[in-house]
Amino acid sequence: MINSEENIIQKPKTPRSPQIKLHEQSLSRTMIFIVFGSLILITGYTLTHLDTAGVHVDEAFKGLAITLNQMFLQPNAGSDGVPLLLQALASTVMLSILTTIIGAVFGFLFAVLASKNLTNAYLGAGIRVAMAIVRAIPTIIWALIFSIVCGLGTTAAVLGLSFHSIAYLTKAYSESIEGIDKSTIESLKVTGAKFWVVVFQAIWPTIVASLVSWTFIRLEINFANAIAVGAAAGAGGIGYQLFVASGMSFDFHETGFIVYLVILVTFALEFIAVKIRQIYLNR
Amino acid sequence: MMQSPKKYLAHKGWHQTAVIALIGGIYVFGSWALNFNSVDGFIAVPKAFAWLGIYFRPTAHSMEYLPKIWQKLIQTVLLAISSTVVAAIVSIFVALLGSKVTGINSFVQTIVRGVASFFRNIPLVAWSMILLFSFKQSDFTGFLALLLMSIGYLIRAFMEIIEDEASETMLALKATGASYFQVIFQAVLPQILPSILSWILYMIENNVRDATLVGILTGTGIGFIFDIYYKSFRFDAAGMTVLAIIIVVIALETISNQIRRVIL
Amino acid sequence: MLEVKNLQKSYEKDRPALTDISFDIKPGTFVAIIGPSGAGKTTILRSLNQLIKDDDGQILLDGNDIRTANKTQLRKYRRQIGMVFQNYNLVERLTVIENVLHGRLGYKSTLAGVFGRYTQEEKEEAMSLLKKVGLEKFALKRCSELSGGQKQRVGIARSLIQHPKVILCDEPIASLDPASAQNVMELLKDLTEEYNLICIANLHQINMAKKYADQIIGIRKGRLVFDESADLLSEDILRTLYDQDITKELE
Repeated sequence: MINSEENIIQKPKTPRSPQIKLHEQSLSRTMIFIVFGSLILITGYTLTHLDTAGVHVDEAFKGLAITLNQMFLQPNAGSDGVPLLLQALASTVMLSILTTIIGAVFGFLFAVLASKNLTNAYLGAGIRVAMAIVRAIPTIIWALIFSIVCGLGTTAAVLGLSFHSIAYLTKAYSESIEGIDKSTIESLKVTGAKFWVVVFQAIWPTIVASLVSWTFIRLEINFANAIAVGAAAGAGGIGYQLFVASGMSFDFHETGFIVYLVILVTFALEFIAVKIRQIYLNR
Repeated sequence: MMQSPKKYLAHKGWHQTAVIALIGGIYVFGSWALNFNSVDGFIAVPKAFAWLGIYFRPTAHSMEYLPKIWQKLIQTVLLAISSTVVAAIVSIFVALLGSKVTGINSFVQTIVRGVASFFRNIPLVAWSMILLFSFKQSDFTGFLALLLMSIGYLIRAFMEIIEDEASETMLALKATGASYFQVIFQAVLPQILPSILSWILYMIENNVRDATLVGILTGTGIGFIFDIYYKSFRFDAAGMTVLAIIIVVIALETISNQIRRVIL
Repeated sequence: MLEVKNLQKSYEKDRPALTDISFDIKPGTFVAIIGPSGAGKTTILRSLNQLIKDDDGQILLDGNDIRTANKTQLRKYRRQIGMVFQNYNLVERLTVIENVLHGRLGYKSTLAGVFGRYTQEEKEEAMSLLKKVGLEKFALKRCSELSGGQKQRVGIARSLIQHPKVILCDEPIASLDPASAQNVMELLKDLTEEYNLICIANLHQINMAKKYADQIIGIRKGRLVFDESADLLSEDILRTLYDQDITKELE
């Protein structure tokens, strides 16, 4: 389609025209290349040096297949019975809701105090660093730490889960707050409104939909964590039943039943989250 | 809205009160059902930190645990990285098959969605325990547990990325007469690579934390060593372990954020 | 020569989106399709390269029916039909020249295309096309760094490197400021003459259609109500087309 005359004029007399580059060396390209390359190298190294403790992998996979078959194709309530398991499930759901509420209330307060567009830099930075440290410690370790002081049980579980929730939601909420248009805040500030009035009249309504989204995401995470704390810290609930069934009595039929219960609850939580988010987005 | 402004505000006020009352009610009921005393709980927090300050503080003596802790921590990070990378490789193929934009057909899409959310919602505890039963106490068990969990998360994340970011360019290249694989490699992958990498980094951070739980349950990595110190009341060493975890997680987070800033 | 005969399409049963659309376009003609939103302009355009599968009719490009083509044949037709999009649909992270070269993918073997291997001639042609659209200095820039008008010109260069007989423009100026819009329309018009193309553009702006198009096709509720030379577009016709008095816009 090129004009042939033009082509002849453009072609240099040298035997080969210079190579046309398609892209320049850019930092972002190089970075992607380096990061992917090193991740793959690390993976290769790890996988070839993986300690399998002398287990024959092929036999182990066969064993796993039998276990999965028992779990998912022949689930039953086992020796504990349906009522006990449902009760344990309910208490785990309750635990996750309770800790999400605590996390949301404190998380919002800290988020307001930590957001760059609202508070002074030192307070904000202090809170952000503290929350980053709290977040870095896994929930299960928080629960174990509190269980030394309060004893194994609900209080330790509630505190352990709440701590991580507060730190997580502080970060999520304050990112939402920092995304607010400056003028929204300023327009109320110039009316002489007090700080917390601005917060609840201007900021809260603007970001309520995203707050609700984050809170429900955290609820789902807390449900998973409540199971983990129940299992690894012996804090009760469906997690503990799961641990006993799969790690002590080796009743994989019951394990499967519990897993199905858990999946049902997560689907329900997801469904409710979608519905409530729709309500808040449509308003 | 057809209501009068006054009525609307009154309705809104009523609505707010109702929501607050509902949440408060759930809180009170939950505390009662779980036998959780808010006051006791609140008091326990400063008590716990005071206790941490005395017993959990690493001493000069606990420095001797450091090489062991460090070795286990590195091992845990390596496991977190390798499980995430393998999961990402599997997930990108599955996500390409299952996304609405690049997928084969609606039947496959539904299957992929179902399988991904099934994998994601099986508790990590369950994966750890059934894998422990077959693969015994080994790094491989920890690796598999993290792998299976990550696959569920990454498939969903990657599908959303493809649907959000690649549908328009996909259409443009299809219109030039390019074949399916050309479109995937020339339009879809270059477009989504940074977001994919960002998710992989996030998943690595998350897996380091989750590896602690898996470690406690399956006796591997940093979780195992924390559990040992904790159960044998060597709290200064346990404190040292927690400190090491904090440093590594925050370091990973900082590095990831720097990488994200460059690539996005 | 592009001939469309009795094109039919409905997305839902008994609610036709296109009814009995027929028109002919000769090479070297710039055609504007106008009509209210939801009239079926995009559906017509996208069925011309079969991004949307229509239900019935014929689409003949130089006498060959695109509608009945199999997968391989369809790829061959598609590379003769360039497309320009409202949102440019470039791979924003790649460079300008890489995006232009994407237009060559239809001519390449799958493997060469997958790895993005282009010949020196293709690269030279890409450069000369960039020169033509006034972007030769931007060849190595990332598309995300360009303005809307520049992105659209990259999109046009990408369609030209396909060596097309037809260029379809889906709302090519709807996201552009007035100056860039003029610029892009002039470019399209010039290219149509220079390469003897068939250029079909969906347009919202009637004044633009009148100013640049040779032939105007008016669509209302999925039916063709006007298909004449641009000079013959009268206020009466516009009134029936849009159900209202918008003659002010013409002045």
